[in-house]
Amino acid sequence: MESVGSIILYFIVALAMIVFSVLAVTTRKILRAATYLLFTLFAAAVVYFMLDYEFLGAVQIAVYAGGIVVLFVFSILLTSKPGDNSERLTSKSRALGLFAAVAMALMGGWALVSRCANFVAKPAMQTPDMEQIGTALMGTGHGQYLLPFEAVSILLLACIIGGIVVARKR
Amino acid sequence: MEITAIYYLIPALIMFCCGVYGFITRKNMIAILISLELMLNAVDINFAVFNRFLFPEAMEGMFFTLFAIAIAAAETAIAIAIIINIYRAAKNIDVRSLNEMKF
Repeated sequence: MESVGSIILYFIVALAMIVFSVLAVTTRKILRAATYLLFTLFAAAVVYFMLDYEFLGAVQIAVYAGGIVVLFVFSILLTSKPGDNSERLTSKSRALGLFAAVAMALMGGWALVSRCANFVAKPAMQTPDMEQIGTALMGTGHGQYLLPFEAVSILLLACIIGGIVVARKR
Repeated sequence: MEITAIYYLIPALIMFCCGVYGFITRKNMIAILISLELMLNAVDINFAVFNRFLFPEAMEGMFFTLFAIAIAAAETAIAIAIIINIYRAAKNIDVRSLNEMKF
């Protein structure tokens, strides 16, 4: 049984997530879309906190809200004038997009709701602390992730070099 | 009222469908990238939720989400570099007007 406070928090977060993600794809001002994306990412971070993954929530806020959204805002300001709207959608493309989205929602929703009885309440879990996370990232045994960790570090290095090479002035 | 896994999965599903809608209807490249981020985030939430509710003693889903966040950050940085380069060459980032490989 959940406490009343966590149920209220859950409904606020779920509502924020749905409303802001709908707004992010329907607003005609691109800068507003980036702002709504920021709110959606914050809601996702709160979901991670509610699931007791505190490190994950902190990473979500630091990387997404602190890094990616700032990158989005800079590139929006570099590539479009503030205040101009995107043009109105043609009814054909809107119908196509709505069809794809609603079909996917119905399919996924049916698959989830039909298995609704299998889902049980949150089992007790100890929040993974920094020592556990660090050990899991730095080992090569079962359930440890040194190889993907190194692969991601090389990926980030390649990304830095690639970003400089692609975007530099010729 | 018990909050089970489905209470987290349904908002994530709606978020993913918003991403699909935006990916199909948007014409601005940065807006398409924003829709892509929505989809990636919905999938990340699903990983964390399944890890937490089905296998609370393991940490696989959490680490998968962690690596997915890192890769999404790298991918966004490169995509934005490419978009800025395209803007410099074509003065435009509308996908309909970008139909030549060579400017």
